[in-house]
Amino acid sequence: MIRWLVGVVGLGVVASHAFAADPIDIRVGYLGQVGIKSKLSLVEQPSENDGIAGARLAIEDNNTTGKFLNQRFFLEELRLKDGEDVAKAARALADRNGFIITDLPADTLLKVADALRDRKTVLLNAGVIDDRLREQDCRANVIHVAPTRSMLADALAQYLVWKQWKRWLLVVGSHDADKLYAEALRRAATRFGAKIVGERIFEDTGGARRTDSGVTLIQRQMPVFTQAAPAYDVLVAADESEVFASYLPYRTWDPRPIAGSAGLVPTSWDAAQDQWGAIQIQNRFIKSNSRRMTARDMQAWTAARMIGEAISRTNSGDPKAVFDFLKGPDFSVAAFKGQRLTLRDWNLQLRQPILLVDGRMVVSVSPQDGFLHQTSELDTLGVDRPETKCKLN
Amino acid sequence: MWRRCLLSGMAVWLAATTPALAFIAYVSNEKSNTVSVIDTDKWTVIATIKVGQRPRGIEFTRNGKFVLVAVGDDDKIEVIDTATRQVVDSLPSGPDPELFTQDAAGKTLYVANENDNTVTIIDLENRVRLGDIQVGVEPEGMAISPDGKILINTSETTNMAHFIDTATRQIVANVLVDARPRFAEFKRDNSELWVSSEIGGTVSIIDPVKRTITGKIEFNIPGLRREAIQPVGIAITRDGKTGFIALGPANRVAVVDATTHAVTKYLLVGQRVWHMAFTPDEKYLLVTNGVSNDVSVIDVSAQKVIKTIQVGELPWGITFAQP
Repeated sequence: MIRWLVGVVGLGVVASHAFAADPIDIRVGYLGQVGIKSKLSLVEQPSENDGIAGARLAIEDNNTTGKFLNQRFFLEELRLKDGEDVAKAARALADRNGFIITDLPADTLLKVADALRDRKTVLLNAGVIDDRLREQDCRANVIHVAPTRSMLADALAQYLVWKQWKRWLLVVGSHDADKLYAEALRRAATRFGAKIVGERIFEDTGGARRTDSGVTLIQRQMPVFTQAAPAYDVLVAADESEVFASYLPYRTWDPRPIAGSAGLVPTSWDAAQDQWGAIQIQNRFIKSNSRRMTARDMQAWTAARMIGEAISRTNSGDPKAVFDFLKGPDFSVAAFKGQRLTLRDWNLQLRQPILLVDGRMVVSVSPQDGFLHQTSELDTLGVDRPETKCKLN
Repeated sequence: MWRRCLLSGMAVWLAATTPALAFIAYVSNEKSNTVSVIDTDKWTVIATIKVGQRPRGIEFTRNGKFVLVAVGDDDKIEVIDTATRQVVDSLPSGPDPELFTQDAAGKTLYVANENDNTVTIIDLENRVRLGDIQVGVEPEGMAISPDGKILINTSETTNMAHFIDTATRQIVANVLVDARPRFAEFKRDNSELWVSSEIGGTVSIIDPVKRTITGKIEFNIPGLRREAIQPVGIAITRDGKTGFIALGPANRVAVVDATTHAVTKYLLVGQRVWHMAFTPDEKYLLVTNGVSNDVSVIDVSAQKVIKTIQVGELPWGITFAQP
């Protein structure tokens, strides 16, 4: 039925001139949505190929390795339109691809996962950070490469606590995602010993993000909005919806640093990251895309590299064999974060250090020194095994 | 702990050393864009040489007259005249050269270029580029077999040791190793090839004839999490009996029985230990500590750290002139 699933099992040691068999062809789908979210800062406006550009680079890297192992990787892109039948589209993509990297909202991803439940298709979530997908709504056929909201919040909290900025003024947007982020930040404050001394909600009253005289108005609004706050060390903003956070730095009533959705931001990747050999992938990415690499690009790169890494180790294109290896104790992947990344076996979330960036530089990398854990210090970030609500299968 | 090691080491050293042959080591300092020159008679830096940007891989030419240093951000290899201790020329490598190796005669240089998946071949006498070999993603480690017939290159994202025939310049075999292979070293009798995997946390022992992995050195340091153990530089004694492996942010050098491949000791050195080189008499092993900006001196027979030498910022590579 699916010819390319028939793999050649070997020893992981291959002489390049000794190929007798047909090459192993590995087909990877990329499932995203049409349309891009608008950002407050023009500099941060995502490009059309945000995410998939990273997957393409990893496929290229996999093919360079594949040359020596008689393996070939292919990538097929599919963008869902508004109102399209998600399950049908996912099944069609899965007919041709054993692995699918997704960049979809939580509910859409769940529909895809459930539509493919009876297949061998391996899904790799490279986009959405909702904790519930790794907790009560976890699925046995989805690996999560993107970090969770709670991992991001914990990474930020560890640094702020290390810095002794323990009194937080929390400002939350009025959209659902903002509230979820605020919830993760409250949890992080409690876990690591920070105190939320005040909370404010910034209502989204609509309006355009680009206007010709925007700055004048913002400069009058933001000081007033942050006036008469209790004594605080840092303002932490939860604004995933890109409504107000980027307006806060330098405009608060009290002179205070900003963190969260603006100022010091926790993220899986940044164009400024140059440690641990990262300069090599940054250069490679810029060369092929004429732009810098974003977190979404890196998440998709890592997802496609995980597939490549597992296939080079198993020498099999069978999604089931590859998935078993990814879930097993021998899997780890190198992704320019200074240490190996592995999967949490209880919910298939990729463990990873989180960068704290200010838009120009990497300020720090969490987990911070001194936050200890019996298994892996990376498990001080996010929901840990004893707290999980996930039951795979 | 470190200071204590150092002080007791000093005592041993003071008691044990008689005026011996002085050797000269060159150390590349990745951040300060300099090369430190160490005199092993005085155990101090006697000169600091300004070089290009981001110096890392460093080696003496076979005739001892020059030191070659890869300055990655300038996309070339600089040539230091050891008589004047000045940069006198440069070699045309590919983009972002990091590590390199030369043949026994010192005529041909092979350079790993991290940025474009190639190994560049340079004619050292005429200082011209002879050609490129396509390898895996992010080439790094370089070694040449004792008989000069096989060149090894490791690629960090492909996770392989590529065996290249130096006569035909073709890849003849690829051995898959653990994640991010950074350094390769042959035993002098060609019986084993060791390859360190920084992220995988292991050193693979490869049979150079069969071109298969015959064993792996694993590291287990009580109180240290597995992710922090990141093997990089390797040195094996001439008799093939003892190996030393730098473990990066684990801040230790592992001493390995090179026959059984068992780790016999962990020596505490500076922070993020990278690369190492023996003094030509093999009495001492000098290792670079990237984060603590110093070089640790290990007494090879006593297997003890006896001294530390402050160098430039982020020391990376080290080389000795062979007498």
